[in-house]
Amino acid sequence: MSTPVDGSKAPVQDTVPEAQEAAALPADLQDERLIASNGVSGAISAFTSRLRSGDLGSVPVVVGLVIIWAVFQIANSSFLSSRNLVNLTLQTTSVGVIALGIVLVLLLGEIDLSVGSVSGLAGAVLGVTFVNKGWPLLLSLVVSALLGLVIGLFYGALYTRFGVPSFVITLAGLLGFLGLQLLVLGKEGTLNIPFDSGIVKFATQSFLSPALAYGLVAVVVAAYALSRLRNRGARAAAGLSTAPTAMIAIKAAALALVLLIPVLVLNGDRGVSSMFLLFVALVLATDFMIRRTRWGRSVVAVGGNVEAARRAGINVRFIYLSVFAACSTFAAVGGILATARLIAVNQSTGGGDTNLNAIAAAVIGGTSLFGGRGSAYSALLGALVIMSISNGLALLSLDSSVRYMVTAGVLLVAVTIDSLSRRSRQAHGRA
Amino acid sequence: MTVTPTPATVGTGTVLSLRGVSKRFGAVQALKNIELDVRAGEVLALVGDNGAGKSTLVKTIAGVYTADDGSMVFDGAEVRVGSPAEAQQLGIATVFQDLALCDNLDVVANLYLGRELRNGKVLDEVEMERSSWELLRQLSAKIPSVRIPVASLSGGQRQTVAIARSLLGQPKVVMLDEPTAALGVAQTAEVLNLVERLRERGLAVILISHNMADVMAVADRVAVLRLGRNNGVFTVSETKSQDIIAAITGATDNAVSERAARRTRQEGSAS
Ligand SMILES: Nc1ncnc2c1ncn2[C@@H]1O[C@H](COP(=O)(O)OP(=O)(O)O)[C@@H](O)[C@H]1O
Ligand SMILES: [Mg+2]
Repeated sequence: MSTPVDGSKAPVQDTVPEAQEAAALPADLQDERLIASNGVSGAISAFTSRLRSGDLGSVPVVVGLVIIWAVFQIANSSFLSSRNLVNLTLQTTSVGVIALGIVLVLLLGEIDLSVGSVSGLAGAVLGVTFVNKGWPLLLSLVVSALLGLVIGLFYGALYTRFGVPSFVITLAGLLGFLGLQLLVLGKEGTLNIPFDSGIVKFATQSFLSPALAYGLVAVVVAAYALSRLRNRGARAAAGLSTAPTAMIAIKAAALALVLLIPVLVLNGDRGVSSMFLLFVALVLATDFMIRRTRWGRSVVAVGGNVEAARRAGINVRFIYLSVFAACSTFAAVGGILATARLIAVNQSTGGGDTNLNAIAAAVIGGTSLFGGRGSAYSALLGALVIMSISNGLALLSLDSSVRYMVTAGVLLVAVTIDSLSRRSRQAHGRA
Repeated sequence: MTVTPTPATVGTGTVLSLRGVSKRFGAVQALKNIELDVRAGEVLALVGDNGAGKSTLVKTIAGVYTADDGSMVFDGAEVRVGSPAEAQQLGIATVFQDLALCDNLDVVANLYLGRELRNGKVLDEVEMERSSWELLRQLSAKIPSVRIPVASLSGGQRQTVAIARSLLGQPKVVMLDEPTAALGVAQTAEVLNLVERLRERGLAVILISHNMADVMAVADRVAVLRLGRNNGVFTVSETKSQDIIAAITGATDNAVSERAARRTRQEGSAS
């Protein structure tokens, strides 16, 4: 696409009287009403003022996670042990992958209440086709995941064709696909997946070697720093303001620390699980899709103002279809991973609290229930919070009754923070 | 969208002409035999009472509605516009009365929504930000930062973003439906300045407004609609605003025009 501005017009400097004196400033810092924020201290003060206006991002969930971990560590000193944290990563993965899909539907301002049932159904189909029917593993996996895709397309079609609220469609899905799961599993109701199958090995015994894990951290940090530097160069070339290199260095160092410490701790036991790494990779890929592609921009726009998105020429129908399809596919993949980790599928796979855990994880992680605001990282952070609570209470030998109530309390806090910060954003003009 | 050349109908500088355009909604004849000519580098104000059919006319030109009757000549060719996207491709941009911005997205994202610049498949944020500044600066627009959500902008600034957005497709005609209706004095002045800029860029501007002061300040010609029909076209430099008001309200049953008529009669009898 060509640049929007007619090149034959007078050069920019001549049309703006005060531009002469401002010419030394980058194009985006010339308005005198802008509160200058230069250097590292400027970046910090910009961050705090954003927080104060209610644009909280992932701060509440990180604070919450620290508090939860501190409390459990005080209550039981083995909570933060390498062994238990490796368990925590294994427990987090399935719920986290499902929550990733929930993040996408919440971004649209919609909901999917059936992710638990869909995950259970995918597990059942995997079990029946792979174990009973003796299909090749890969085929079983693909069919189970595609089943999620088809279910999501079905939801999307119902939503876009007939305008049925997603709440109702997926509530029907919750029941319907639970029924289908029971039907697929048949009379015995439980299927054990062979210990020596690839998927079970992947989910339970596959860990990165320490060298590989540290190497991966180095690669990620280097890639991050390089991309920031390249972005800085591009901005400078375009005459825009640039972050100071010191800031990039600090951020890269912080990232290195945030990655190294967990890897160090996890390597104290079995190490970084391949399955957890897959989850993190999915989070990164989803984040990229949301923030850096036209599709993701369209999703956020539809979640913010459907009518504006439609008039901007966005194919709103396709956006709904693709998001519902992605959500159900993530749910199916989550169900496959849960089945593989528990080495069995039964009538309660994907039942119980799977559904609400996944939805709560996305919301606790900071994705707004009101649409148009959220991040893929909230699936990771939120799932860690939920599973930390469940793991910590299990260590203390407290049963489900306490776990349900504590999780409910955390969810209420998260939703209240969401509502309050939305109100604050509106007051501060950041809605 | 069909384009058939009809070279004879276009006068010099006329970008858009409507001939006998009619539109009805059920029993309501919203537009009847509308004739309208818009020239490049000219601001044409479209005025009329509530329900006169101004918005309907704008939406018909913009491809939101299809006319029941009549023809439209754009840039020397007869065109039939079937959708807002087709109108945009032709070079007819519209800023609708309800702005249609995404509050949760920043200025750059709103400007480029639906036509983002990309490097391969990845959004080219740097280039979009750079050209956003260039465009806003050419319009002398007062936007402090393009990386804040549009929710944090004033009404006038939001209107500015909406208008700037309409210019990205390099249109020949820009239609603004009541752009100052919800604005205060300073913000109205800001938007009217912007309208001047559009004219300087050689665009044909159709401006709908209820405010006669705004119309007299910025328009070159005024087309009056009354009950869905043409009720006169006035050249602003040669017309008093009460004549336009008379045309809007219907000359005979109006206090302002009656008083003017009485005065003329008295002057006539005095001499
Ligand atoms: N979508 C519609 N359906 C039915 N009637 C309509 C519709 N849009 C406009 N009208 C009617 O057409 C007439 C002109 O409306 P409109 O163009 O909105 O007036 P204006 O913008 O000049 O105030 C009004 O009588 C209105 O009720
Ligand atoms: Mg109107």
